[in-house]
Amino acid sequence: MDRLPSWLRRHLAALRALLVLTVITGVIYPLVATGVAQALFNDKANGSLVEKDGKTVGSALIGQSFTDADGDPAGGYFQSRPSAAGDGYDPTSTSASNLGPEDVVDTLAGAGQEGRQSLLTQVCARSKAVGEREGVSGARPYCTPDGVGAVLKVFPAVGTPTRAVSVNQACPATPFIATWQGVRVECGRPGEDYSAGRTVPVRGTATAVVPPDAVTASGSGLDPHISVAYAELQAPRVARERGLPLERVRTLIQENTTGRALGFMGEPAVNVLELNLALDRN
Amino acid sequence: MNPTLAGILFIGSLVLVLAVCYRPLGDYMYRVYTGSRHNAIERGIYRLIGVNADSEQRWGVYARGVLAFSAISILFLYALQRLQSHLLLSLGMEPVEPALAWNTAVSFVTNTNWQAYSGEATMGHLVQTAGLAVQNFVSAAVGMAVAITLVRGFARDKTGELGNFWVDLTRGTVRILLPISLVAALALVAGGAIQTFADHSTWTTLTGGEQTFTPAAAASQEAIKDLGTNGGGIFNVNSAHPFENPTSWTNWIEIFLILLIPFALPRTFGRMVGDNRQGYAIAAVMASVFAISVTLTNWAELSAGGTVPQAIGAAMEGREVRFGVSNSAMFASATTLTSTGSVDSFHDSYTALGGAMLIWNMLLGEVAPGGVGAGLYGMLILAVITVFVAGLMVGRTPEYLGKKIGPREIKLASLYFLATPLLVLIGTAVAMATPAGRAAMLNTGPHGFSEILYAYASASNNNGSAFAGVSVNTAFHNITLGLCMAFGRFLPIVLVLALAGSLAAQTPVPASTGTLPTHRPQFVGMVVGVTVILVALTFLPALALGPLAEGLH
Repeated sequence: MDRLPSWLRRHLAALRALLVLTVITGVIYPLVATGVAQALFNDKANGSLVEKDGKTVGSALIGQSFTDADGDPAGGYFQSRPSAAGDGYDPTSTSASNLGPEDVVDTLAGAGQEGRQSLLTQVCARSKAVGEREGVSGARPYCTPDGVGAVLKVFPAVGTPTRAVSVNQACPATPFIATWQGVRVECGRPGEDYSAGRTVPVRGTATAVVPPDAVTASGSGLDPHISVAYAELQAPRVARERGLPLERVRTLIQENTTGRALGFMGEPAVNVLELNLALDRN
Repeated sequence: MNPTLAGILFIGSLVLVLAVCYRPLGDYMYRVYTGSRHNAIERGIYRLIGVNADSEQRWGVYARGVLAFSAISILFLYALQRLQSHLLLSLGMEPVEPALAWNTAVSFVTNTNWQAYSGEATMGHLVQTAGLAVQNFVSAAVGMAVAITLVRGFARDKTGELGNFWVDLTRGTVRILLPISLVAALALVAGGAIQTFADHSTWTTLTGGEQTFTPAAAASQEAIKDLGTNGGGIFNVNSAHPFENPTSWTNWIEIFLILLIPFALPRTFGRMVGDNRQGYAIAAVMASVFAISVTLTNWAELSAGGTVPQAIGAAMEGREVRFGVSNSAMFASATTLTSTGSVDSFHDSYTALGGAMLIWNMLLGEVAPGGVGAGLYGMLILAVITVFVAGLMVGRTPEYLGKKIGPREIKLASLYFLATPLLVLIGTAVAMATPAGRAAMLNTGPHGFSEILYAYASASNNNGSAFAGVSVNTAFHNITLGLCMAFGRFLPIVLVLALAGSLAAQTPVPASTGTLPTHRPQFVGMVVGVTVILVALTFLPALALGPLAEGLH
């Protein structure tokens, strides 16, 4: 051993150090943690699974979609937030949308070209859909009445406008405003390149009724919660579909709401799966 | 209670508990690194490694130990990923592709934990716990060892002896990281984090769909991932995943773990140099930058600037309901002000100015309070540069803690400061200039540029978080970002150790009336100023092209 060159001895010591520390921190530590966790918090360590009629139907911590066979929202259930995890609430491909705050211009679907919705249009479309489902206004700032982002491309990019296009409204749609600074607004033609124009989002006068969490994808794509406001918005529909008194549904919402921990950590949140299970038990 | 007040209380409670831990933990770490006794477990470890634990090393030997250990670690982790399908507990996962395996190996060994893969779809139990989580421990212990060695350089006189790498590595792991992690892991399980080596299972959902249970030893890995300022999540969505971070109070614990050691190390520094006031001064610099950054990020996120956040009415895209906007912003600040890079919300969807703050935090070199160890040595380098600048102003030979900052010392400190900006800016420039580099952007325009800038800032500063829309699992990015991580970690470490050697060899200069006192608010203010100005001068053009252009749009 001592006759080996010093660099080789050093690397052998490094290898032995790594192996010893791997046993301690990579084998003993996780096994001890697992042993104690399984003994003390068995249910939680295994995923907080919840059952209905003796069969596992989910995890209290993992959100799920409450949709019928056609993929449409199931009327008698509270709906979760939009999800970017796979096709929605897929625990094997968790994800956020990762779209930025100025992602406002769509690529319109057309001949030989796939469309892409900007984050703004996704928000507008969700807001409109939730509004229709719950019988309230789905209008939002920066959204057109037909549920896409209210965004103009103005030409030339600098100077007096000579042309304006509502880029997210594919022809033959009627643009959400008729004129912009005296120029007639056109509808967007799929395939045409509008990137040279100046992007002008138009706020409009709408105020949103549908809450923010109802129109946004969560970080994990598995968010098990919705806000109290979004639950309250859905309560009349669920009560109607199930033939329950509204007050009863509201009580169940309260029973499945977690307040802020210690009064100041996080935000109040309603667990959708547990709320829906409570409804089914009713 | 309104959300803003709750958010302020959340931050205030963190600051309070961190302040309470400053002295006891800092003093404990002082005893760990200066005590001469080895306990029975450690004696066994030294025997197995085959080193004399009572010998001392010169800086060059110490540095070669760090590099040898890291090189062996990269090879081991690479092999483990490539062979995972032949090993136990693989959960049926395929071998990891070579470029990705290289990137991931470098990423975890350098304490970066940049993740170009999706955990639940790529890594089995064995690679996670015996590969990645081991590096979470030891890369953190290496960072602390290097910081302690620099402090020894200030504390010791007329000697070449700077400690023993194997002892520092072992003690940091066994006496500091392991016990805190174990307690934290159990607390996280109590909140709902999973901890199981089971296999996948499926269930039928309430309305007839199918979902898969993704098993993992999540709590044990989550604890060290945050405590060691590593950041690599078991799952793709990291600490946003309810199995890693199930409740609003586990979120508090995770932020606390991230900040715990970095904020207590200045105390250890103060004890070792024999003047606790020096420790308070360094902690005050960290806390000042921290306070400014956390405030601005929270303000930007709560005011929800930008078209889409205004349309939504709150910056809720990419956030979990149980955390809300303010607590998510606090997590994001903590993770980028340290070298952690774990996320409980998705930075790509932050407001332009909120996202700019997160990039800015990393560009500062992650010194407020920075990664475990890396934060302290980064801050001490800035203190050295500050006394040099101050010395130039008054025309005196600069000195810090009784050590002269001569030509050799200032050269080492300057090279340290230049290393990461060079990597960030050249890396970003090369990526933007090549089609393979540009192809990774998800968003277009300034935001797309921000994604690339964020990636190279994150890799070079060993952070590991991302504007995660960027598609970096390509040969180009796996290789270039891997190089940035490796150089961004080991160049500074070698320079820091060289500086330690040069300081320890000096005869101390007695303090005189001309000595700049380095424990007063004046000095704290100067270090903050130097830090911010140096970084602003270096990075303003790049920031102007990305987040500033987007925010002022």
